[in-house]
Amino acid sequence: MRHDLRDVCMQIRRDTVRSIYRAGSGHPGSSLSAVEIMATLYFTDIFTCFPDRPHAPERDRFVLSKGHAAPAFYSTLAHKGYFPLEWLDTLRTVGSPLQGHPNLQKLPCLDCAVGSLGQGLSIANGMALGLKRKGQTQQVFCLIGDGEQQEGQVWEAAAFAGQHHLDNVCLIVDCNGLQLVDSMAIIKDMEPMDAKWDSFGWHVLHVDGHDTDALYDAYGSAKARTDKPTVILAKTVKGKGVSYMENQAEWHGAAPDEAQYEQAMKELTTEVKA
Amino acid sequence: MNRVPMRDGYGKALLELCRLHDDVMVLDADVAKSTRTEWIRKEFPDKYINVGISEQDLVGTAAGLSLTGFVPFVSTYGVFLTGRGWGQIRNTVCYNKLNVKLGGAHAGISVGPDGATHQALEDIALMRAIPNMTVITPCDWWETYKATLAVYDIKGPSYVRFGRNPAPVITSEDTPFDLYKAAIFRDGRDVTLFANGLMVHEALTAADILEKEGISARVVNVRIVKPLDLDTICTCAAETGAAVVCEEHQIMGGLGGAICEALAQHHPIPVELVGIRDRFGESGKPDDLLKAYNLSAEDVVAAARKVMKRK
Repeated sequence: MRHDLRDVCMQIRRDTVRSIYRAGSGHPGSSLSAVEIMATLYFTDIFTCFPDRPHAPERDRFVLSKGHAAPAFYSTLAHKGYFPLEWLDTLRTVGSPLQGHPNLQKLPCLDCAVGSLGQGLSIANGMALGLKRKGQTQQVFCLIGDGEQQEGQVWEAAAFAGQHHLDNVCLIVDCNGLQLVDSMAIIKDMEPMDAKWDSFGWHVLHVDGHDTDALYDAYGSAKARTDKPTVILAKTVKGKGVSYMENQAEWHGAAPDEAQYEQAMKELTTEVKA
Repeated sequence: MNRVPMRDGYGKALLELCRLHDDVMVLDADVAKSTRTEWIRKEFPDKYINVGISEQDLVGTAAGLSLTGFVPFVSTYGVFLTGRGWGQIRNTVCYNKLNVKLGGAHAGISVGPDGATHQALEDIALMRAIPNMTVITPCDWWETYKATLAVYDIKGPSYVRFGRNPAPVITSEDTPFDLYKAAIFRDGRDVTLFANGLMVHEALTAADILEKEGISARVVNVRIVKPLDLDTICTCAAETGAAVVCEEHQIMGGLGGAICEALAQHHPIPVELVGIRDRFGESGKPDDLLKAYNLSAEDVVAAARKVMKRK
């Protein structure tokens, strides 16, 4: 294992469950599936960023389009040093910079903020185009959910990135297979995803979304492409790391009660020692 | 009277902005000829991006460009920009207070023969309700030109609304223009005619007719709908004691709504509204439609007579 991210991923999982438990609401399932995807960006050398200078022009960009994964994103940023870890306990409370879904005005260290699904890839494309126009070589990463692909705007943006050969865009699809009500396959199946993205002019990769080495290699492959945008279809487990949440659609947007919280923290502690 | 389409003012201003500023970008959803962004496509091809027939992507792409330091001017038909792009305008552009400049073309019923699907009659209401948004409805092509230049200097989102057809030119290059002020175009004592867009011309004509009846009407061009120039509006209310609001928009949620909200809270007086009365438009020649939908000077006169009786 080239980058041992197990500790930081465990911390992010613990923070995620704790902050949602304290807030009494949030989206644990969708946050826990995306932990490795974000940690591999922020805690390896693949993603250039400067927590002390969050707007440095030479930084790479990250757009969290599935804004409901905010608890895991906030924890990632806090551990990276963008803001104090104590802020995590203010999630979803009045006056907090950590809104239920991110906001740039309240948390200016972000590259961008999205709450309404389907909007992030267009923004990432605009950033990528802007960087190209300025002759800058930074990469724009964007994370969406698999169910989010049901939004038509995603495909408007997919066509735009293909048309303009935005090779500085790397889209990650968190393929946990579940959405709010049920499985994606039952509601509106977006498979075959690879054929869809390929036909829109994208370079398509499949990875295990919890394997940080595989993610790292995929990000590297995206950065190396010079002809087309890359989409990484990251197979994940919704609720990953908390046994009773795993692969359960009902944990898309529900907070654990006290007993459930304690069990989750017990499980997340055990695994980090193993 | 000389007539020039307001959209020519938009195109002229964009050309000038492109000459002046490296950071200006012009985004289109495949209606360049209609919005006059065609002029940019020809003269500044590097500053022009056609995202295709994709209004949601149009707004989102502009948001991303603004986050890399560009000042995107985004335009398509007002009904599609503010309708199909509303969620993007609200949640991405306005909530994050991004520096994106929206241009809503083909505003109002005077779009004409294309019919109700293409006539933006709710766009002001849609834009005005969103925090951080500045909303402007110029009265002619010179004002469209000046407003488009002026919004470049706003640090945040804006919506400038303008019409398709040749419209009376009632200002000149030299007419004073302060973006944040409502402008008194004609003084009067008995009633204030607040108007914007095409209806400023109708209000001026109405004031001429009213004068012959012995009614002294003040005409105020309220080109900025948000933030509303409360000082001027309340002063006019206090000095004339009655008002008519005239606009090429639904009477719900547009300038009439904005002024009634302001006056009800700060200086209540009788108000009559001239606008589209909760119905869709239809196909027809612009002038025929303005008459058929009670947006003519005669309709403003009738409303003024009515409100005078309520004083």
